[in-house]
Formats: sequence, structure tokens, C-alpha cells
Amino acid sequence: MQQIFNFIYKNSNRLLFLLLLGISLFLTIQSHSYHRSKVISSANFVSGGVYEKINNVSEYLNLRTQNEMLAQENAKLRSYLFDLKDSTAISKLDSVKGMRDTDIIVSKVIHNSFNSYENFLTLNSGANQGVKSDMGVVNSLGLVGIIDNVSPNYSTVVSILNVKSQINAKIKKSNHFGSLVWNGKSTGYAQLIDVPRLAAIRKGDTIVTGGQSVIFPENINIGTIDRIYVDNQTHYYTLNIKLFNDMTNLGHVYIIKSKDREEIINLEKGRKNE
Amino acid sequence: MNNVLFINTFRFLLLLAVQIIIFNNMNFLGYISPFPYVLFIILYPVNSNKFGLLLASFLLGLTMDVFSNSGGIHTAACLILAYYRPYLFKFSFGLSYEYQTIKLNDVITPERFSFILFSVLIHHFVLFILEAFQFSFFWDILIRTVLSTVFTIILCIIIIYLIKPNRR
Repeated sequence: MQQIFNFIYKNSNRLLFLLLLGISLFLTIQSHSYHRSKVISSANFVSGGVYEKINNVSEYLNLRTQNEMLAQENAKLRSYLFDLKDSTAISKLDSVKGMRDTDIIVSKVIHNSFNSYENFLTLNSGANQGVKSDMGVVNSLGLVGIIDNVSPNYSTVVSILNVKSQINAKIKKSNHFGSLVWNGKSTGYAQLIDVPRLAAIRKGDTIVTGGQSVIFPENINIGTIDRIYVDNQTHYYTLNIKLFNDMTNLGHVYIIKSKDREEIINLEKGRKNE
Repeated sequence: MNNVLFINTFRFLLLLAVQIIIFNNMNFLGYISPFPYVLFIILYPVNSNKFGLLLASFLLGLTMDVFSNSGGIHTAACLILAYYRPYLFKFSFGLSYEYQTIKLNDVITPERFSFILFSVLIHHFVLFILEAFQFSFFWDILIRTVLSTVFTIILCIIIIYLIKPNRR
């Protein structure tokens, strides 16, 4: 017994080090798995609050670009409105189901990371505003990411600049599907992998979200094809996509709330259980 | 004693704040992001309590991780640096470092520079390995480590010269 105490006393420094290192490695491994830790994330009220304070100041620095983006989006929406036959009549709700199937929550990016392999954004709306895990996030230019952790007032987003994210996407004109991933290199480009060789593609074609995902509605802009090459192992096309969004400069974003999502997920779950 | 505690707490908070507000937003060429907050561990008093240093670096890393959504990578890197700091002292200042009065925040001599260099190098290497977490990024990790180390050291030296107590 005496010896045990002696041993602990002698090596107390090393034991403390190993204990703390064990905790940190546990947190690291957990963060790399799909079910991420809920505590160590910038959605908690301390870091969320700090980031909101910082953002309140830094927001003023790019008001001009944000204003321009909003004006452009308004102009685009206006042009849709003018093209309607009767621009004063409110368009009817989806008459088959009797309700709209997507809702939008407006939110603001209060922290944006883009210099590691797994990048996350922090938004200033959370469960109190109706945000839930696995909702899609877009802005006026295109795709941004998918909601990850949610706290009462803040939420984190897995950005498309995250080597773990994988989003169903397609080529707009030919409907060939692929998966949008990121290779961890440049912040302006993402990669579309597993595109069949049959697909007739050209440099400059537009890539949009595919309809297979329950997270995003179909046809949300992602980017244009920048380079085309054939993967040596799978012999599928790999496309380098130039993103429409400047992921290093994000302001307001829209969180997409799909009404049918729960129903689809429940349906697919039931099929798997059988 | 109280004065030392106060200075270190102040340094802890100040370096974290500067890191989170300014340096986390720096991203040159897509590779280079400096982490001068390790200066807290480097400048921690030489012959003080080792428990204190380990616990402080654990807290330091954990705070960084919370703010950058990175699990436990900063925590692990800080802990490893804190634990191996005495060996680095031995390497840079010779065996009898415990009997000398080493002041780190002073004019940069070759010994001090080598100590800062190896400290930052170890911290960044562990950090980037854990961040990538797979070996397919090996060369990428090395390039990131080297470039970020250079950047961090330049910032560290600037900061050291800024906070250096001026002598008459």
C-alpha cells in the first residue's frame, strides 16, 4: 500500500499529464466521428455570445458588399415578379397538398472558419427559432452547408469546406448525379466525385443540388465546372467545381426547413427496420 | 508570488482574446494560420509548479477548441508542449537550466530562439496531425507545420519585444 502511494506521489506529474491527454484525445476522436460532442462546440452560450459580440463590430466592415448582394438578389426576385402574368395577384399555394413544403429561417453567420480540414460556421439562431439538426443552409448565391449542433440560441453548420461533408449534387442540364466533397485544399473550389462517364459535360456547366437529398430542395446553385478529370481507381469523372459562394465572406444565410423531411425519414427508417 | 499569478492570468486571457479575435481570422495562401497563443506556455515561469502549468495549458487548449469547433486538438497539442517543456529547456539551455535564472521575455539569444523554435514546432506538428487525422495528408501536414511555425515564431518574437519590460 505504501508503495502504491509512493508510486503515485512520485509520478503524479506524469499521471496528471496522461489523464488530461487521455481526455483531449477522447475529445479529438469524438470530434472526428459522425456523432460529434455537443459540449465542445461554438454553439454553446459562452462562445456563441462572444462571437456575436465580435460580429456586431466586424459586421460594419463589409456592409457595402452585403448591401450589394442583397440589392442583386432583390433585383433577381423582382425580375421573376415582373415576368408573372398578373404581378399583383399572390401566387397560389401548392394546390395538391394545400401547403408549402419548404420554410425559410433567416439567420446571420457570426463565426466562419475556413483554414482547417473540418470547417464550421456558427449562426445566431438556434432551437428557439426552430432550427434543428440536419437542416440545409443556403444564401442568395448558393449552397453553404448543413446544420450540425443546435443550442437554444446558436447553431453550428458543417460548411461545404469540410472533408467530412458529402452532399448529393447533379449537373444541371443532364441530371447526372454525383457527390460533392472537398479535398481540403482551396477555399474557392469543391469536388464532384462519382459522376458517370456517360455524362456529357463541358467546362463551365452549372452544378446544382440533386433531388435525392431530403435536406436541400432540388436545383440550388453550387458552382460551375472548372476542370474535368478521370479518377484512376474508380474510372468515374471527378470534377473540380468553382463555387459561386465566396465561403470566406458570408453574411446572412437562409436555413431551409422542409415540411416533408420527417415523413420521408420515418418512411425510410421503417423500410430499413423490416 | 501573487504578482506572478496575476501576470500569468492576465497573459492567459489576453493571448486567448487576441488569438480568437485576430489571429484565428488570418489565413494566408490557404495554409498559414498562426497560433501565437502558445506563447503562454513558452513564457510560463521556469521553476514553478508543474501541475499548474499542465492544468493551465489544458484550460488554454480547451478554450481554443471550444471557440474553433475542433474537438480536442489544441488541448492535446498544448498538453504535450507543457509536459515536454522541461526537456526542451534542458536541450536549449544546457543541463543546469534549473539553477540559472532564465528570463524568456528578453532580447532574443540563440538559446532562447532555439527553445521557442522547438516548442512551436512540436505544438504545431501535433496540432496539424490531429487536425487531419489521416495519413493521406502527410505532406500537407508537413508543409502546414513548417509554414505556420515560421509565421507563429515571427509573431511570437514581435509580441515578446512588445511586452518586454524595459530596462533603464
